[in-house]
Amino acid sequence: MSVTAYLLLASVIFVIGATTVLVRRNSIVVFMGIELMLNAANLAFLAFARMWGNVEGQLAAFFVMVVAAAEVVVGLAIIVSLFRTRRTVSVDDENLLRH
Amino acid sequence: MSAASLLSALISASPGASLGGSLGAPSAWRGAAAAAVVEADISIDWVTLSPVAIVLGAAVLSTLVEAVGARRSRDGVAVQPAFLRIVQVGIALLAVAAAGLMALRLALHVDEATSLNANGAVTIDPMTLYLQLAIAACALLGLLVIADRTVQGEDAFAPQAAAVPGSDYESQARRRGMTQTDVYPLVQFATGGMMLFPAAGDLITLFVALEVLSLPLYLLSGMARHRRLLSQEASLKYFLLGAFGSAFFLFGAAWVYGATGALRLTDIAAAAALPSGLDPLLVVGLVLILVGLFFKVGAVPFHSWTPDVYQGAPTPITGFMAACTKIAAFGALLRIIYAVGPGLSWDLKPVLWTVAILTMVVGTVVGLVQKDVKRLLAYSAIAHAGFILTGVAALSSDGLSGSLFYLFTYGVATVGGFGVIALVREVDSQGHMRGEATGLDQWRGLGRRSPVLAGTFALFLLSFAGIPLTSGFVAKFAVFQAAFGAGAAALAIVGLACSAAAAFFYARVIVAMFFEPAADDQTAEFETLADGIGSAGVGIRTLGLNQIAVAMSLAFTLVLGVAPGWFLNFTRGLSQLIS
Repeated sequence: MSVTAYLLLASVIFVIGATTVLVRRNSIVVFMGIELMLNAANLAFLAFARMWGNVEGQLAAFFVMVVAAAEVVVGLAIIVSLFRTRRTVSVDDENLLRH
Repeated sequence: MSAASLLSALISASPGASLGGSLGAPSAWRGAAAAAVVEADISIDWVTLSPVAIVLGAAVLSTLVEAVGARRSRDGVAVQPAFLRIVQVGIALLAVAAAGLMALRLALHVDEATSLNANGAVTIDPMTLYLQLAIAACALLGLLVIADRTVQGEDAFAPQAAAVPGSDYESQARRRGMTQTDVYPLVQFATGGMMLFPAAGDLITLFVALEVLSLPLYLLSGMARHRRLLSQEASLKYFLLGAFGSAFFLFGAAWVYGATGALRLTDIAAAAALPSGLDPLLVVGLVLILVGLFFKVGAVPFHSWTPDVYQGAPTPITGFMAACTKIAAFGALLRIIYAVGPGLSWDLKPVLWTVAILTMVVGTVVGLVQKDVKRLLAYSAIAHAGFILTGVAALSSDGLSGSLFYLFTYGVATVGGFGVIALVREVDSQGHMRGEATGLDQWRGLGRRSPVLAGTFALFLLSFAGIPLTSGFVAKFAVFQAAFGAGAAALAIVGLACSAAAAFFYARVIVAMFFEPAADDQTAEFETLADGIGSAGVGIRTLGLNQIAVAMSLAFTLVLGVAPGWFLNFTRGLSQLIS
């Protein structure tokens, strides 16, 4: 398989993730969409690293994984504290902040 | 060109070619990587890295103090020794001040235009040091506002941020006078990330710095003492949209890497200067990176989080975040555009122009109808992002110096402005302090109740509006002049029109404070309090740290407005060194 296939797959995953963020209403699912986008970027990094034959892309993927893990910690903490207050994780119910 | 042909061009142009290539490659890499590591890790220059290192080191120290200092009583509610807060505030103030002084010292003795540090992961040049100094100054002012508390000992943060609002646990924590001292390490981590952000020399560092500055801010915005539901909601919105933005940034970084085979900005610039079949990839990647940065600066159409987060977050955090994030993110934007952009300015110009014009117009127009002071300043922040983008889009040395000047003056005035908002509170009939009185109605007649506060706020608003003799005027003049000079007259004209229109909504607040009577007589107001409408705002008494910060911001704003010459020349000198 050539690099093209991997890049197409990465793009498709990225678009699925972005669509999830924009369309879904459950904040945990939205968050999963964001994780999909990050992993799509990782796949692209790895495919390009293979293509160029250098390690920088693989290095980037490691950093992204670590940062994504940190992001999960913060994100779930926020979602859980909100859930304990309101008993819902729907982003549509979070509408106190309107003009 | 279709996507498929683009990708096949990409593969034929690449040196290492297809994935079916030799199996020997990985072992060859391993050897090369090991050799590179042995040579590489020697060249860290801790002196030029020290502003960032001091703040992040102190943040780790604060975290340890927090872990050791807090105790748990028998009923499960944490109790704190009284000195914990003082220690944390002390560490934070000292660290940020030391980092600022270090950046200043380095900036005054900088003898070469650019030096790479940590093998190119960090770029230390005059612009980096200037931005680090500006961030440290604004963070110091912001920390004073954050550390302030009322004479009853209440700060702006929930006694226990993890407690469910309205629960027993929360009221116990409140009764015991708990404070969430984790705020200080979080602020330090955010400040460290912000100082690293404009200094980043490669895309990985840029991404890590982006997250180090963002993650603490997501948490901090959810910690308000009053109106906790709003605050938690702001936190969630900021988190989801912020992470969405950084995913775009990252995907863009991957494409840029694909187009150039490098992550270091200097290598990317070198690769971008040579025409190749991969240029479209590079442009797409850069635009995605810019989208991520536009999210952070709150530029339209990526601004939707700004008003909600500015309104919901604890006011001292809003001030800190509004000032420092803007400086840091614009710093990174300038770094990307000036490092990689020159060869691609034709491709980037339409993007920058569109976003700048949209940002100015939307920020101004929607700001006109706001009824909440914090929300109003949020839309003002969006409009200001547009004005700064005008200077950036000029893509000239004057534009760069104008933007740098604008960032500092705007940051300082913003911290001061939100500092004043944090001091204007609702007071109930027993004289108990409640949350901030942010409704514009509640600000009516403030000029009579708290003349000094109202006068100070009016001066900040005049600076935002760009009235002469304030720093805001000089800054606007600098960026619009640069835009005219660089052939971006259309941008400058839109900017002038928008700042004229924006002057209306600042004037509306000033008129409300000084020329309109307070809502009703006292009793009527207190009855409405139960409905959550709130009483008229009054200035409260605090320990005085906030007032010090506000006074210092005001002094900066007026001095830089009356005598900007030296400082303008300073930023001009910097930008000539860079470009």
